[in-house]
Amino acid sequence: MMLPLASSMEFSVVADLMLAVVLGLGFGFCLERAGFGSARKLTAVFYLYDMAVVKVMFTAIVTAMAGLFVLSATGILDLGELYVEPTNLAAQALGGIVFGAGFIVGGYCPGTSIAAIATGRKDAMVFALGMLAGVYAYAELTPGIEGWIKDTAQGALTLPSVTGLSMGWFVLAFVAFLAFAAWGMSRLETRFAGLRPAATM
Amino acid sequence: MTSTIAQERFPAGQQVSMAAVAKPYWNPYVCGFLLGLVLLATYAVTGRGLGATGGYSAVAAQIAGLFSPEHAAANAVHAKYWNDGAPLASWTLFLAAGVFIGALASGLQGQRFRWSIERGPQASAERRLALAFAGGFIAAYGAKIAKGCTSGQALTGGSILNVGSLVFMVAVFAAAYGLAWFVRKEWL
Repeated sequence: MMLPLASSMEFSVVADLMLAVVLGLGFGFCLERAGFGSARKLTAVFYLYDMAVVKVMFTAIVTAMAGLFVLSATGILDLGELYVEPTNLAAQALGGIVFGAGFIVGGYCPGTSIAAIATGRKDAMVFALGMLAGVYAYAELTPGIEGWIKDTAQGALTLPSVTGLSMGWFVLAFVAFLAFAAWGMSRLETRFAGLRPAATM
Repeated sequence: MTSTIAQERFPAGQQVSMAAVAKPYWNPYVCGFLLGLVLLATYAVTGRGLGATGGYSAVAAQIAGLFSPEHAAANAVHAKYWNDGAPLASWTLFLAAGVFIGALASGLQGQRFRWSIERGPQASAERRLALAFAGGFIAAYGAKIAKGCTSGQALTGGSILNVGSLVFMVAVFAAAYGLAWFVRKEWL
């Protein structure tokens, strides 16, 4: 069988949306289990006393990357069939800076805000309203940015396509870097443990 | 370890119910591994990765359509989510519904459901809610400009080594670390 499934078979609209719910279940479960339904747990990463955000994100990226590489090397999955969002360096750098500011001020990112709402966080509900206002304002006030992003994009760029090196080398490098980072993060957490807000119980 | 989790759960000034003691979170590397498998499965089935901001965009398109369907279909941003007048039949929005149910189930099982406002001991509830709204607005704008958020760019793009996604990730962390000192009273 050739993956991705969507390239060889047509899902009905209902099947496609049910699939989304099922995959979302796993996504939401992982986020909440990791503590990402809590803004304090999420923002702790920026004060270095709890690096869970980086640990989870980086491990997830490396896991999926290694999985994609193995599936493609064994001929089960065709990497060329996967969607690659076109790179626009200016848009991703500028958008990333703005997004990072919203993250530390608001306490959530879009996905984790849903996990936080599901577990009763009222600040996440307000964050979600802010997000809705934000996407609405973007569409109404600055729709022209959309065309600019498209027209100035560099195209679908990945590290293997840019460097000519096989994806396998990057998987190795990322695994090695994760191991090094895990050691570094445990040291950071020890060093900045004093920043953890005191309990008042 | 157990005491630090209790500290995170109950910010200052909040009444703590003795009935429900939150179970500890799972090891972050285990959670990351499982999340990576979910992302891999999403790629293997759909050929695209995860996303979150698109769900919000779909709702915004629906709201715009309530006022004027013609405008929603014509606007450069809403049009992408308009889906011939059925913007709520959005893949990413249904993914978000799954995220909600999955997180709720996980939270209830772990006794971590709390009607609460997440904030540091020095922050008032009003201040925190105002900043939550502002932060949500700013994050949404950033995600729209970057064409993705932590899900669509960082996780999804990062795992296929998308150059723009890696730039996005560096920019997010640079900005947040740069601003952390200025908003420390919200969190510490």
